[in-house]
Amino acid sequence: MAYEVKLDIFEGPLDLLLHLIKKNEIDITDIPISLITEQYLAYLEVMKSLNLDLAGEYLVLAATLVHIKSKLLLPGEEEQGEGEEEDPRAELVRQLLDYQVFKEAAARLDDRPLLDRDVFARRIPGEDVPDEEEEMAEVGVFELIDAFRRLVSGRERHYLEINGERMSIAETMSEIMERLLGAGHLSFDELCGTPGEKRAVVRAFLAVLELVKQRMVKVYQVRPFGAIRIFPAVEA
Amino acid sequence: MEGIAALIEALLLVAEAPLPVERIGEVVPDAAKTNILRALRELAADYERRQGGFFLEEVAGGFQFRTRPQFAPWIRQLRKGRPHALSRAAMETLAVVAYRQPVVKADIDAIRGVDAGGTLKSLLEKKLVRIVGRKDIPGKPMIYGTTRKFLEVFALKDLSELPTLRELEEMQQ
Repeated sequence: MAYEVKLDIFEGPLDLLLHLIKKNEIDITDIPISLITEQYLAYLEVMKSLNLDLAGEYLVLAATLVHIKSKLLLPGEEEQGEGEEEDPRAELVRQLLDYQVFKEAAARLDDRPLLDRDVFARRIPGEDVPDEEEEMAEVGVFELIDAFRRLVSGRERHYLEINGERMSIAETMSEIMERLLGAGHLSFDELCGTPGEKRAVVRAFLAVLELVKQRMVKVYQVRPFGAIRIFPAVEA
Repeated sequence: MEGIAALIEALLLVAEAPLPVERIGEVVPDAAKTNILRALRELAADYERRQGGFFLEEVAGGFQFRTRPQFAPWIRQLRKGRPHALSRAAMETLAVVAYRQPVVKADIDAIRGVDAGGTLKSLLEKKLVRIVGRKDIPGKPMIYGTTRKFLEVFALKDLSELPTLRELEEMQQ
């Protein structure tokens, strides 16, 4: 028998079991163990096939389900017993009911107007600590433009414009490639050369954009607003 | 506005945490506690009538100005910080601690059917849960409870404001 399995995120085996009970519209105190066990195991199969990390707890509950099923199949025990034999499902039902209450409690908590999510108050200074991360990420054109803007605006404040020599973008590109092949990699700031000329920054910026477009260089950035590093696309 | 209410309003504006009546009493020694409390209630009612951008909330044993929930999307834009988000697992663990405290990890694990070690650690880091002691049984496991910050974050006056487990059970029927 095959049935559709939709994979949700479950918080654990009890959560999965509750989901199955709800899906099948079953009375929690009277669980048809063989049906539920079958579906539960089918879920585990799907998770396994998706290479999801199956926590040991899921297997423990699978074993419990199979154990209960086998107990229910054993005939005749009720007749021999004097008093009332406890339903082998009882312990599991207790656990499920308990968990269900706390799941509800968690949902109620989540419904409240949470501070810093729904409502806000004055912030205590210096509470936020940014995470440090050292990983190279490829950057796009916008980060390049940002870096360019920062360089230019920084310079405008300190330097007057001077008429310099005229150099074409193509010349700048080959100059950059030469320097890159020599140095291995350079930061965008280094590429712009000696501070002073806005025109040179513009030229270097346009040249880098053109080189990226022609896939002659690769551009990386460690973190937002960090230094942008330019590597030749092919090793020298 | 009466003198004391205006004074308390000023104190509330600069306070960085919910301001308890006792603390106001320390700062304004000649005001009786009942008068402070009355002034606070008047202020709260004023802000309710005004229906402005924020209101006076009684929370975690004190009073604090808080923005109205409907403005949250814009404030999040302004702050640009990560929103105070808790995973479902963290929320469940927190609920167990809140209702069953003082509680040891083994009991939390048993209720949720999964290991709560990771979520407990992150709740401790967020200061929503704290270690209140060690249980006198083999292994001396740590006992957990919720913090004042838990009340602050979840807008609770005190723990009794949480619905009881029995009420939660009935709500599910």
